[in-house]
Parts: sequence; C-alpha cells; structure tokens
Amino acid sequence: MKKEKFNIITDSCIPLPLENVDTDQIVPARFLKATTREGFGENLFRDWRFDKEGNMNKEFVLNNPTYKGRILVAGKNFGCGSSREHAAWAIADYGFRVVVSSFFADIHKNNELNNFVLPVVVSEGFLKELFDSIAADPATQVTVDLPAQTITNNATGKSESFEINGYKKHCLMNGLDDIDFLLSNKDKIEEYESKRTL
Amino acid sequence: MNTLFDKIWDAHVVQKVDDGPTQLYIDRLYCHEVTSPQAFDELRKRGIGCLRPERIFCMPDHNIPTMEQDKPIKEPVSRNQVETLVRNAGEFGLPLFGMMHPKNGIIHVVGPEQGLTLPGMTIVCGDSHTSTHGAMGAVAFGIGTSEVGMVMASQCILQQKPKAMRISVEGTLGKGVTAKDVALYIMSQMTTSGATGYFVEYAGSAIRSMSMESRLTLCNLSIEMGARGGMVAPDETTFEYIRGREYAPKGEEWDKAVAYWKTLYSGEDAVFDKEYTFAAEDIEPRITYGTNPGMGMGITESIPGVDTVDEAGRSSYEKSLGYMGFGAGEKLLGKPVDYVFIGSCTNGRIEDFRAFAQIVKGRQKAPGVTAWIVPGSWSVQRQIVAEGIDRILQEAGFELRQPGCSACLAMNEDKVPEGKYCVSTSNRNFEGRQGPGARTILASPYVAAAAAVTGCISDPRDFL
Repeated sequence: MKKEKFNIITDSCIPLPLENVDTDQIVPARFLKATTREGFGENLFRDWRFDKEGNMNKEFVLNNPTYKGRILVAGKNFGCGSSREHAAWAIADYGFRVVVSSFFADIHKNNELNNFVLPVVVSEGFLKELFDSIAADPATQVTVDLPAQTITNNATGKSESFEINGYKKHCLMNGLDDIDFLLSNKDKIEEYESKRTL
Repeated sequence: MNTLFDKIWDAHVVQKVDDGPTQLYIDRLYCHEVTSPQAFDELRKRGIGCLRPERIFCMPDHNIPTMEQDKPIKEPVSRNQVETLVRNAGEFGLPLFGMMHPKNGIIHVVGPEQGLTLPGMTIVCGDSHTSTHGAMGAVAFGIGTSEVGMVMASQCILQQKPKAMRISVEGTLGKGVTAKDVALYIMSQMTTSGATGYFVEYAGSAIRSMSMESRLTLCNLSIEMGARGGMVAPDETTFEYIRGREYAPKGEEWDKAVAYWKTLYSGEDAVFDKEYTFAAEDIEPRITYGTNPGMGMGITESIPGVDTVDEAGRSSYEKSLGYMGFGAGEKLLGKPVDYVFIGSCTNGRIEDFRAFAQIVKGRQKAPGVTAWIVPGSWSVQRQIVAEGIDRILQEAGFELRQPGCSACLAMNEDKVPEGKYCVSTSNRNFEGRQGPGARTILASPYVAAAAAVTGCISDPRDFL
C-alpha cells in the first residue's frame, strides 16, 4: 500500500450515478484470489467495463475518454455488501484518491480510509448538483480540501463541509496507519488484559 | 445507554482516542483464505508476530470445492490461496481447521457449533457475515484486511462506536415462515442501507421463541440492511446450545460464565437511537426480485412499480429489473427456475436441511433443475447423515455435497451460468454474485425445496 499523504486535491470527476453500488460490482469475487494487494485496478468494475469475452463496454463511464480524474462521484450507499478490502485496493490502484457520495456503507468506508482514499459524504442536493454540473461539462473540477474539511464544486462555486475525525485526518495528512498507532500502545493493551476478570 | 451492545462494547474499551475512534479489545479473530494473506504479509513486512495467537482461528471456506475434497483443488489460483492460509497458520502458530479437517466448514457455522463463539465476546473476521455470531449475544462484525492485520498485531481494533437500534418482532410466525423470511421482510422495510451506522439488537416474542439456528440466520443478514452487526440477548436457548460444545467453558468455569452471560441484556432504562417493531403475522414466505437483498416481496405479491422508488433511485431500479429479466407488476409464482442452492453461512445449518427434507420427502426433484445441497460444515454433514436426511435427499433425487461457501459467491466451481435463475438460500442477489450473469432469487430452505420439486417458484405452504 502506498501511504500517499493527503492534503488538497483539485481534479475532474468520473460520474457513476447509480445507487447501492455493492463491492461485488466494484470487484467480483472471482478476482479475489490474489494473495497480494497489487493489480486490482485492472478488475475495477470488471463486469460493467468488459463483456464476457473481455471486450470493452463502450457505454460504461470508465471507458469513456470524455471523463477523467482522480475523483469518483457515486450515488448513495456506495460500497455496500461484502467487506472485501480488494474493492478499496481496486479503487486506489485505478488511481482514485477521493470518492464522493451522499452515503457510504460502513465497512467499505473504513477500507477506503485505510488505503488513503478519502470518502467524502455530501448532501443529496450537493450530489445531484454535482452530477448535473458534470453532465453539462465533463471537465467540471472539484476541490477537496482535507485540512479545511471542505468540498467545492468549482462549476457552481458551491462548497460544503464534510466530517472526518481528528485522528483519521491526522493519519491521512501524515501518511500514518492504524497499526502504527496500535503498536505504539502495547502497554495499554497489556494493562487492559491484566484487569480483565472474564 | 445500558443496552446489551453498550455492556459488551464498554467492557472491551482499551482507550478512547482523542477526537477519534475507540481502541477495542477483540476476543476472537477468525481468518479465512481470501481476506487474510495480505494481513499476514503486513506482519512479515514489519517483522512481528500475532500478539495473541491463541485467540485466532483459521479455516479455508470460500474457495474449496464441494466434491472430492480429499483431492487437491484443481484450480491453481484457488489452491494457492488455500495453501497460503495453511502456510501462514503454521508460520504464525495459529490453530487451523484445514480442508477435510473434521471441524472444517464455513467460519460462521463452525464458530458457534464448536463453542468458539460465546456470549459477551467481541468477534471480528474479514467477512461481512461475521454479524452471524451476534446471535450468541456477542458483538461481532466484519472488517477489512488492513483491520485484520491490526487485530493480528495488537488484538485490538480502532472503531467508531456505532449507534444502537432495536428491532422487535412480536407475535407468532405463520406456517412455513422462517427466520430467513423475517430477515428478508425486515430488509425490505428498512432498505439495503436502512441500518447503516447502527448495531441492531433483535428482540420481541417472535425472536425469543426462535431456535439458535434461526437466530444465527437472522443475525447473519444484518449486514444486508447495512447494519454493523446484529445481536440477540443470550438466554436459556443460547446456554443450552453452547453447553458441552468442545471449546465451551466446563465445570466451575461454566457456572461462572453463565452467571456473567445472564447479566447481558438491555436494561429497562436502555436508550436506543432508533426502534422499530414489526408484527410476525404480517410476514409470509418471501422471495427477492432484484439485485440487492432489500428488493424482496411476499411470495404471492407482485413486483412493485418504478413509481414506488424515489427519483434518484429509478435508473438503478430499472437496471436491476432488466438484469433479472423481470417487469414491474409481475408475479413470480409459477416462474420456472434452473438452479436451487441450499447452504451458506445463512442457511447451512442442520435446521435448514431438516426443513428442506420435510418438503422433498416422498417427492422427486423436478427434471431440468440442478440442485446443490451443501452443508455449512462437516459437523452439519455428519448430523445430516445421522438423522437419515441424506437418504431422504437421495430418494428424492438429490445429492449431498461437501461443506464450503460454494455457490453463495461462486469462488469455487459451483457457478450458475449466465441468464439462469437460481433460488438460493444464501444472502446476496447482487449482479454476478453466483457467477457472471447469474440471476439469484433469495429465499428460505422451504421455498428452495418447493422450487426444487416443482421446477418453478412455488408457495411452500402448499407442501407443508
């Protein structure tokens, strides 16, 4: 995993205006057999991107050269279903740094954060307007400012703030992960164990 | 406050991180072959071992074939993943129930049946259906592989405390209505994201009177409405189920444990962030018609029209019906099916095979239906044989296979071909879940059995 530090990103977006996109669609189960974290981007949205013969589905947004960028914009309840972190690896490996949606499934949201991909939760209104802006102009740029915790649709100039806890924000901005933190707290773990009665 | 969930969660807090998550102590980590290799790599990269190897149990289940398990797995990539787990368990000194081991099976079936999952525990696994174990009165939830690595390294996890929800089902379930139907009903009421951010406690008279197997089925499906987990307060049904199981406490330890388990319930003053109550009488045998488990209906009902869906969701709804080859307003009773699958961590326990056998007994498998009958574990398989269910199946033209996750997610060779319909007792009807292009109709073992003998979607109440 690349622990790429996160700060401010301005980029164009790839729109996926579907709801309840589950992690089986993000990466189907038959591609989970690898024992390393690399190369999952190739199979991101595999069965939507390619037909069964492996031909590109030109209708699918990732195959449309009009849309580029490191920001994926998706309908509500993104990443539901299976806990497979391979979905987050695929998103990161494909080159996305941010996923914007009005709602994320819990496990997938954590998986993105643990792979230095920032899930940004916006209001339904902001999301709809962003889809409209991208439809009107595929080059629409969005700015995600992690230190300020704001997201701006640069086509309309509208901004919203988003939530992230101070600890995780610090981790993302400094390239730290949770194992680093937990390993530095071994004394607390042993103290807890010694106090347990059951 | 003072909910069953709070009691267990609070007893496992190592520390609360400033402006951040809780560091939670984990009693049990289960590992399977798909979501663990990269976690073991992380430990190797850091040159560390597992902090508490005795709290971690490994078993392959996702990739393993359901025939000829005594022979090496044919598919090289699947074989490599299973062998990698065996190697890792050896290197890190972890208990392993490998393929063909008498205790092997699907993790969420094996944990409770071996007495490894106990009330009051915190339990995690790199698998969203870890919510199953909550049925025993535990706080159990699915995690990603990075988090699996954290638990291996520190026996702890960093988690935001979820909100608390209570779902009560009151009354008596009707004929042919099972825990699976209750779960599918609740999901359709709540939608596939209705419980996201919450930990659910199931309560009410209909839940209290459920067997342990039924509660496991119900809690298993909590994730399908987005819940972090689901749980049922432990009671005599729980204690009786656990008593005498291999890893369960014995003698004095047992008495001490039961005394503690009896304190695990939501107090009268418990405060939930959300509460719902449903009537058991409103629930009939159910099926799904779409591509998420929340898209379900009573077996006699018609597929809802697109006008019942809010505007932002309409294109997803239409895509879903298009994938399934169904139309709005359509009834599915009498619709021909090609495959029937009974098994998985949802419905792979003894009670499920008893239910299936109850309907197929004295009848014959419909010609043209391919049926996969897959026990959730070797222990379930042995019980099927001991109870003579295997003979009933055989006489009805069915073949009992060997345990594993099988066609639930089709990582082995049990794949439903493109465009074919499968009535499945598993947990997900996502696009391609049972094989590229496969069309899944989720249902109970009764509905699956009725479909298997008639060759079409049929009301199981006509056979009971």
